[in-house]
Order: sequence, then C-alpha cells, then structure tokens
Amino acid sequence: MFRSNLKKVTLLVAVCLFFSACNAGNDQGTAVQTSAQASPKEAPTLTVMTHDSFSISEQVMNAFTEASGIEVRFLKSGDTGTAVNKAVLAKDKPLADVFYGVDNTFLSRALEEGIFETYKSPLLTDIPDHFELDPQNGALPVDFGDVCLNFDKAYFAENNLPPPQNLEDLLQPQYKGLLVVENPATSSPGLAFLLATIGHFGESGYLDYWQGLVENNLLVVNDWEVAYNQEFSRAGGTRPIVVSYGSSPPFEVIFSETPIDEPPTEAVVSDGACFRQIEFVGILNGTQNRDLAEEWIDFMLSPTFQEDIPLQMFVFPVNKNTKLDETFEEYLAVPENPAFVNPEDISSKRETWIRDWTEVVLR
Amino acid sequence: MRSIIRNFRIQGSYRQAIAYAVLWSAPLIFLSIFYFYPLGSIIKTSFERADAGFASSFFEALRSESVREILWFTIWQAALSTLLTLAIGLPGAYLLARYEFRGKTLLRALSGVAFVLPTLVVAAAFYALLGPQGWINLVAMRIFGLSAAPIHLTNTIYAILLAHIFYNTTIVLRMVGDFWSHIDPHLNQAARTLGANRLESFRKITLPLIGPAIISAALLIFIFSFTSFGVILILGGPRFATLEVEIYFQTISLFNLPLAAALSLIQLGCTLAMTIIYTRLSNRLTRPLKLQASRISQKRLTTWKSRIFAGVIIFILLTLLVAPLLALLTRSFVRLEPGRGQRVTESPGLTLDFYRELSINRRSSLFYVPPTTAIGISLGYAFTTVILALAIGLPAAWALARHSDRSLNKFLDPVLMLPLGTSAVTLGLGFIIALNRPPLDLRASPILVPIAHTLVAFPFVVRSLTPSLRSIQPRLRHAAAMLGASPAYVFQRVDLPLIGRALLVAAIFAFTISLGEFGATALISRPEYPTIPLMIYRFISQPGSINYGQALALSSILMLVTAAGLVAIERFRIADVGEF
Amino acid sequence: MKKDPQLIDEQPVLILKEIYKSFDDDQVLAGIGFEILDREILALLGPSGCGKSTLLSIIAGIEPPDQGKIYWHGSQVDNIPPHRRGFGLMFQDYMLFPHMNVYENVAFGLQMSGIDRNVIQSRVLETLELVGLVGFGERDVNSLSGGEQQRVALARSLAPRPGLLMLDEPLASIDRTLRERLMVDLRRILRQLEQTAIYVTHDQEEAFALADRVVVMRQGKVEQIGRPEDIYRKPASIFVARFLGMTNLIKGVGIIDGDQNIIETSLGRFPTSKSIEGPAAVLIRPESAALNSQIGIQLQGKMVEKTFRGNLCQATISIDGSTFVFNFLSNSELPDAGEDIQLSLDPIEGIVVFQPDVDDLSSILN
Repeated sequence: MFRSNLKKVTLLVAVCLFFSACNAGNDQGTAVQTSAQASPKEAPTLTVMTHDSFSISEQVMNAFTEASGIEVRFLKSGDTGTAVNKAVLAKDKPLADVFYGVDNTFLSRALEEGIFETYKSPLLTDIPDHFELDPQNGALPVDFGDVCLNFDKAYFAENNLPPPQNLEDLLQPQYKGLLVVENPATSSPGLAFLLATIGHFGESGYLDYWQGLVENNLLVVNDWEVAYNQEFSRAGGTRPIVVSYGSSPPFEVIFSETPIDEPPTEAVVSDGACFRQIEFVGILNGTQNRDLAEEWIDFMLSPTFQEDIPLQMFVFPVNKNTKLDETFEEYLAVPENPAFVNPEDISSKRETWIRDWTEVVLR
Repeated sequence: MRSIIRNFRIQGSYRQAIAYAVLWSAPLIFLSIFYFYPLGSIIKTSFERADAGFASSFFEALRSESVREILWFTIWQAALSTLLTLAIGLPGAYLLARYEFRGKTLLRALSGVAFVLPTLVVAAAFYALLGPQGWINLVAMRIFGLSAAPIHLTNTIYAILLAHIFYNTTIVLRMVGDFWSHIDPHLNQAARTLGANRLESFRKITLPLIGPAIISAALLIFIFSFTSFGVILILGGPRFATLEVEIYFQTISLFNLPLAAALSLIQLGCTLAMTIIYTRLSNRLTRPLKLQASRISQKRLTTWKSRIFAGVIIFILLTLLVAPLLALLTRSFVRLEPGRGQRVTESPGLTLDFYRELSINRRSSLFYVPPTTAIGISLGYAFTTVILALAIGLPAAWALARHSDRSLNKFLDPVLMLPLGTSAVTLGLGFIIALNRPPLDLRASPILVPIAHTLVAFPFVVRSLTPSLRSIQPRLRHAAAMLGASPAYVFQRVDLPLIGRALLVAAIFAFTISLGEFGATALISRPEYPTIPLMIYRFISQPGSINYGQALALSSILMLVTAAGLVAIERFRIADVGEF
Repeated sequence: MKKDPQLIDEQPVLILKEIYKSFDDDQVLAGIGFEILDREILALLGPSGCGKSTLLSIIAGIEPPDQGKIYWHGSQVDNIPPHRRGFGLMFQDYMLFPHMNVYENVAFGLQMSGIDRNVIQSRVLETLELVGLVGFGERDVNSLSGGEQQRVALARSLAPRPGLLMLDEPLASIDRTLRERLMVDLRRILRQLEQTAIYVTHDQEEAFALADRVVVMRQGKVEQIGRPEDIYRKPASIFVARFLGMTNLIKGVGIIDGDQNIIETSLGRFPTSKSIEGPAAVLIRPESAALNSQIGIQLQGKMVEKTFRGNLCQATISIDGSTFVFNFLSNSELPDAGEDIQLSLDPIEGIVVFQPDVDDLSSILN
C-alpha cells in the first residue's frame, strides 16, 4: 500500500522538477533570444525599469542591440504609479539604470524625490518644446496620449441624435444617462479627464460642471477596462459616451475581429476637452552605466523607436520627424489645444481635487 | 531506578523540544526572510518619511472619519460575505461529503476553477450573465415586457457579495466537505435513535464535530474578503472601498506612505485579532475523532428525497459557480455582435479567431509569449509553489497539532495567518527595499514569484492540515510506536494515510492560488515570464475587440488548465483514510 | 428478579412482515419476518453479511425497507422517522459522541425528549450506576477503555427507556476474558429493566446465554426461530447445525420400510420420524457417544487426537475413514491417540436427520 503511495509521490516530485527545469530552460531561451545579435563576448548590460504597458518590437530591439552592442534587460514594475513608487523607494540602491514611463501626473513626485540625473539629449531639438515639462532635463518626453471622450457612432445614428461636440454639451438633457467615466482615484484616464475639466473650467468651475454631470445621471466606474469593455454601448453596455483615449478609434480598426473600413467610435477633440498624458524617460541617479543609458535614451527619442511606439504601446511619438502608420494618419484625431494643468499643481493638489470630486460626485 | 526513569523523561522532553524547534525552523526562517523582514523594512521606511513621526500617522488614520467608515465597511462586508458563502457552501459540502454521484470530481474541480480567475475576467463573466445586456436581464425583459433591465448589478454591494461567494465557495466545499466526509454517519444515526430530529442531530452532533473545519474555512474567507481588492474596485465601483483599496490609493496615487503604513498595520491588527479569536475557538472545538474512510461514509442517491436535495444543491452551485464560467467560455468562441443598427461587415457567429490570434505575434513585440509557454510558466510556478508551501506548511501544521501544549504555539499560530492580511502593494514595495543586498538581491529574480505565491498559500496549507492532524487519535500513534515503529515509520504508516486527503486539499489550494494570483505577481514578475493572468490583463487593457476576445480565450485556457490540474491532483490522491 | 418465560405476555409488540432490502444489485434482506413479544430478549444470530445490521437499521428507521411492513404495538411505523419511534440502538463500535463527556453522552437522549433537568440528572446517575460507572460522568469518552466505552454506550441507549432496545454486536470488539463478564452484566441489566430487546450477534454462545428466543438468519431470511435449547436440540437445517458448531455429518439414504422410516448410512441404520425417500443427511451430536455401553449402535474407530477442554475432553475419532468429533466428560477413560476405541450411539436422541438440498449434499464430506 505505502509502496504505491511512495511511487506516486516520487512521480509528483519528478513532474515538479520537470516543470522547474522547463522554466529554467525558458530562462536561458529568452536570454539568448534578446541577446542573439549581441557580440559573443561580454556584452555590456543596461537595465531599464518600466511599467507593465511597455512594449517594443523585436526588430527595433535588435536594431539597437546590433548597432550598440548593448544588451538591454527590462524590469516591469506594475502600473505607472507603482513603478514610480518602486523607483523612488529604491533610489539609494537603484534597481536599474534607466526609468521609462513616468507621466505628467506623477512627474513631480519623481522630480521632487530626485531620482533622475540630468541629461540633455541632442535629440531634444526634434521634440516640440511644449512636451518638455522638466526644465532640468532629468525627465525627457518620449510619447504622449490624449484622454478624450469617445462615442459610439452607431448609437447616435440610430437614435438620430447629434454626437456631443465638447464638454459643455454633456450637460444637455438629451445626453442624460449616456456618459460613463472612470474614478480619478483609481484610474489613470479617470484622473486625466478630471484634470481636463480642471484645466478647462478652472479650479473654481470644475466642481459645478461635475455637479451638472451628476444631475445628468453620470455613471462612474473604477477602471477603464470596465468602462470600455462592459459599460460602453459598443461593448454591449448601455452608455454610448465613454472616457477613453484619442487613439481608441484607430485601434478599433487595427484590432477588430474582421476587417472594417471605418472606426465604430469617434473621439471628441474640441479645445480643452482632452487631457494630454506625456510619458518621460530618465537616467536613474547613481547608475554605473551612464554612457549606455545615454545611448539608450537617444535611441528612444530617435525615429526608429518612436515609429514603433503606437502599435506597441497605443500612445504616440513626440519626435516630429516620425512617420505614422496610415491608419493613424486617417483616423487619429489629435486635439490641437488639450487642457493643461501644471505638473507641480497636480502633485500638490491631487489629493484635494480627488477628495472634492469624490464629495460632489460619489456622495 | 527512579533516577533512571527521571533521566529518561528529561531526555524525552529534551528530544521533544529539539523536534519542536526543528519543525518550526524552516517555516520561521522562510517567513522571516520573505515576509517579516520586507514588511518591517517598508513600514520603517514609511514612518521615517512622516514629518511628525510614527504616532501622528496613526492618529491621522484613526481620527479620520473616512478611514473609520472604510474600516467599518471592510468588516461588515467581510462578515456578510463569510456568512453567505457558508450558507451556500455548507449544503454543498454535505452533498460532497455524504453522497457518491457521477460528476462529483468535475463539480469539485469546477468550483476550484472559480478560485483562480482574475477579477477583471470574473467581472466580464458577471456582465455577460447579469449586466445590462446580460442574458438574464434580456430574458427578464422579454418575459415581462420591460423596457429597461430589471437587475442592476454594477456598482452595488450585491455584486461584491456575489463575487465573494463565487470565489470562496470552493474553500467551504473543500475544507469542510473533506473533513465532513471522514465523520462517521453512524454518529448521527445514534443521535436519531436517541430522539434527535434531523436538525437537532445536525446542530448537536455534526456541527460541533465539523466545527473546526468550518471556522478554519470561515477565517480564510473572512480574511480574503477583508483584504478584497479587485472585486471591490471593479464590481463594487467607486462608492465602496476596503482598507486594502485605501492602502493602494494612499500608496500609489497620493504617495502618503506613512498613512498607508498605519492603515497596513491596522489591517494586520484586524487579521491578527480574527486569527486569535479563531485559535481560541478552534482549540476549544477540536476533539480527537475516529476518522472514517470516506468511501464507507458515502452513499448513493437512491431515495427521491436525497435526489431532490442533491438536484437543488447542484443547481445552485452550477448557477453560481459554473454559469459565469460557461458564459465566458462561450463568449470566447463568439464574434462580437454588431451593435444596434451598426453598419459593419462583422457578422455574429462562431469563431476560433481569438484562439488563433493568441499564437500570432501580430505586433512582433519583444515581450510576446505564445500561450503554450505561458501555460508552462504558470504551471512551473504553480508546482514550485505546491512543493514550497507543503515543505514549510507541513512542519508548521505538525508543530501546531502535535505540540499543542507548547505556549509558543499560542503566539505563532496567529502569526502564520498574517501574510494573508497583508496588502500586496505594501509587501511588494517591501521586497524592493529589503531584498537589495547579495546574497538576497532577489528584487529582479523570477524566484520571487513562487515565493510570493507561497506566502499566500502557506496559511491555506496550515489551515487545511491542522484539523486533520489534530484529529488523529494519539492512541493510534502510540499503538504503532508500541509495535516498534520508529517516528518516521509512524508518520509514513499512520499519519500520512490519515492526513492524505487533507494534504491533497492543501496541495490543491497552493496550486490554484499560484495559478490565479495576480496582485503580487504583477508587482514582481519579469516580462519574459508572464503568468496566464498577467497576459490576460495585458490583453484586456488594450482597446479593440480582438484584444478583448483574446483575453477571454486566454481566460478559457486558464480555466481548462486549472480544471485539468485539479482533476489530475484529485486522481493523484496520496492515500485515503482507512486504506492501510 | 429472574424472569419466568411463562409470564411473558404472549401478545407480540413488534411484528416484521416480509421485509426486503437491496443495495444496488445486492439483495440483503429477502422477505424476512418475525415477531417479538413484550419484555422478551430476541437474539438475531447469523454469520456476518446475513443482513442482521441492515435489519436493525430498518427497524430503527435509519434505512427505509424496499418492501414489507413493521408494526409496533399494532400500528404501522414504517413512515415514522427514527427519532419518533422511541427505539434505542446501540452501535457495534458504540458511536459515542467524541465532543461530549460521559454524562453528556448519557443525557443526550433524555434532553431530546425535553425532560426536566433534574429528572435528567437523576436518571443519568441512576443509569450510570446500573452499568457500573459511578463517578465517570465528567470523564472524556476518548480516554475510556473499550469495556468502559461499551458501558457508556449501553447507558446512553438505556437512559431514555426505549420501548425496544437494539444491540448491534455489542461485545464484538471486547476481548475474550472481559466479554464473559460483560455478557453476564448485560443479561442482568436487561432482565432487571425487563427490557424488550433485539440482540444481534454472530456468536451462538452470546445468543444462547442472553436470549429468550433466537432467530437464526441466513442470506436475508429466517432459517429458524426458537428457544435456545430447542434450536440446539433440533437445528432446522444443516446450515443451523453447522453454524452452531456441529460438524459430524454423514450422507445417507432414506427408506420407508412399512410404517418405519429409516436412514441408511455407512455407520448403520438410524430410525427417524421424518419420512424421507432418497438422499438424506444425518447429524451425530458430539455428546451422544458413550463408552462401554451395549445400548444403541455400536461403532468401531481409531482415536486420532484428544484435546483437554476443562470439564470436557474433545476426541477426534476416525471411523471407516471418516473423521468425527465427540465430547466426553474429562474423567472418562479414553484410549490414547492411535489406539482403537469402541463407541455406542443413541440412535434416537443422538442424531438429527435432514433432507438436504443439492448444495448441502455436495458439502458433506463423509
């Protein structure tokens, strides 16, 4: 009796060892894959800490490795806020050489904590000045994305209703019960949209606006995923207007199940209706690989990497010499004048704004 | 002569003390390095950042009305979730314990599947079933001719409770069901012939006997619901927040680390208090039992009464646990329906596109991982977790059960539960600060993932094992020892077969916890080794219906892998009581 | 307090009619039926697997019968749940409630009937005294010895004063020396309480020692019902004889010779009252052989082995190539093993004649 048990146990352990061995095999496998083109001798290694939305295509990565001989290791560290916090907490003994992914809502925190070393990349000349929010050039802009209202075109066509043109329209009775937004306390686009209303209506006016939205039966959920994939009428929900990204319509075309010639949704990009999230990269203070880090940052700002950004990360390049895919040329609506809020204000007043918003909208 | 005996006794107790210390060493070393040290570090760092010092953050937390409200909500929703889960789970546990029927293993496996699904996926499943356009609402609208959906689940407490029941029922089914199956049904028959009706017999005999297992399950469910994060955020909506949610908000959004640390400590304090109450109750309730082989105690569904009972219970369990899973599964094979009057070329119909797409690196991303590799990685982590969790959980449970007279146990027992009550974000940041020096510079090592999973699984392993270990009559072991068996042999021949089933339950918990864990994994995993839940999140957070479809397809694969794993482990039973 | 069988009320209190029960395809009870009289102790005797315990479960109401009826004091009780039948059942392995002490175990049934607390207390103490467990009330049942547990179980089932007490192999897990004593105690207690009881056992000694009447069961049916001495004297079948430990069976042929019925065997001709023509079987009682007697059938054999058994001596004797076992008083002068022996058999009282079925015939070696 026990003998057969013993056999079973041995088998179980063997299976586990097998799986761990597979795992170890994978380990080597990917390491080889990423460094396939690197020189067979000790390749210098650069560690890049980033958030979990970071992505890069294999060809672009290989291009960098081949040209520079640098092997890059990526450390994904949770969502943007978590990654920034990790970088801040590890600043005495940095986890990496470069940090990519801090956006303008978290920028002040990173700068105040002094996690970045100054680096004035020569490529900054190719980037429009309004993206450069850090005058010290610790954090260099890489990409941007606009958080805008999206609407379900079919719903408005079917109901013979004109789609909303700007933020003010949403207060009209005909749009009652049509809007779903994300909670600024828990969601990055939610915070961005709150900032858009603050930028647009001013600190004195935004709460009245939200009061109006509440009276017009607005729905608040905690995450973009729930708003966009569940409550949005396009996904089978009941709300035809959702806070999402300016880039969502072209991505609906690119990632549709069957080819379609026109996006089913559209973004509202009138003046002050959107908030622009800009993501930055910087050299982490205390790095031993400053040269490699500079090389990598220059690469991130160069057209090679910049052109890779939209399809990998669903945001858009800041380098003006970058050529976009034609789907984007055709369907991407870029707001000319997004609402603007100073990063220092975001950092210092974020708590107050969110608390006041919660008071008005959720109580 | 007398002195020899005394000498012998002292030696005996000395030996016992050594055995006790050896048993505790592995679990305590593990917990110290991977739990207490990181946790202590982050809390210390957090308070160092407070301008007015450590105490002020506590005062700030306790004075704040919103924190008090959050604490109150956290407690009552956890209590309510626990009660409801027990109410749903206990009849199911009875069914699994006392009856033998076809599809039982499958039912058990399916209930375990619920346990591993990421919250966003469960939310999607609930929406598919109960959302404004979910089929229950659609059917209700058609039947009653309503113009609007009658059931509003979004952003309600009911959604939270439903999800907690959905996730945790399997804990009751397994922990209580398995323990129950070893209780001799003749005890109830004895009570019946002494004049007790069914209810009295349940209340006076069954309930006290399965009590330890019930409160073990209740404690775990309570702590799970108490520290609930994803369910509250996604299904509860912005009007509800637990301490865990608030800790996340204070840490990530506001970077108010001192307040977050104070809240973390409050949460830990509550966990500790619950566990201490539990330990008291458990020690009072546990009695040595004659454990029966389950195949002796189980009968078939022969009478119409038992068939109706089984039918109703199975129907409830299926509706609650399996219907959402099925909704997901079907949705992953169906093209998105075009919206009302939508002018698009898509047509609804069956498709394998989402599954096919999983194996294509369309964006030729460096971080692309084919689904088979992700399954391998997930299973690798899961099996490593099972081994680790059993390796440190068994000695700990052993020390708790066998050396129950040691006063140190009273202190250590509650401490073991603390990892469950710790916020993932707090501990994740703790790893960053603490494990930063060789030889423990593990901040970027893939081994951190199974270690984190083990921390979560460890309390489950200990809780599954102790009731059974305690119930083994010492006489049985003494009898074996008198027959000349060495302690190791006694363990092999007496204890192992008797706790075989409990060991299996423990392994299953470790396995499923590892397969489904998301919060901690997201904080520490390396991009080259994503687990299936991480990949699901990757897809679900990107716009475009093909990405959403892939998330559902991957969820279905996760369900399948889990179900297959559970059935395999069940088949693998090390021993059943009475098989020796 | 000795009970005189004559005083037993001849009116049956429990009547079982044609009870059938199957588990899956396995028929456990095949139309069993019997009656039990008031204040009577009835033993259900049979080998394991003959359906004794199942029958108890059915009488207790724990298992429903597939067919058949049960009457208690004239009214049908089939549909009454176990807790309202007012029967007591003592389980084979006692099934003491492990989470209660001795007192609580014994008090359980009384509490269920909602009796006043003081009455419960006096009844529990009284019952504990009856079974010889004075002062055991606070003891943990898990720490008791097997014999003590058995007494607690008995006290627990007796305390509510059940109209019918059923005992399922109550002495099976007790060792031999203790069993004798407990058997005596048990009989004393049951008689003292004038308890109507069904006593299930596979041990004929227990059944004979305790019961007023014995029901011998075989494969879910009644094989024989009767007083212990009647069953011993006149086993109704070869099965019963064998079960009672009587093994001296020989084949024979029945002949009707005018008004005389005779069985012809290898040992000689035995007159019988049964008229059998054809195959027959003869059981020779182990105590029926006499030494140095000229009366009865004379047999010539060889002593194979003799075993001293206290007041008896058991002799294995080979006669005509067949082996028989006979009991003699210890003071008899028996030849040593290997020597010849001369026996005489009482052809009337010393034998039982059966009309065997095919199975029986093939199993008789002699």
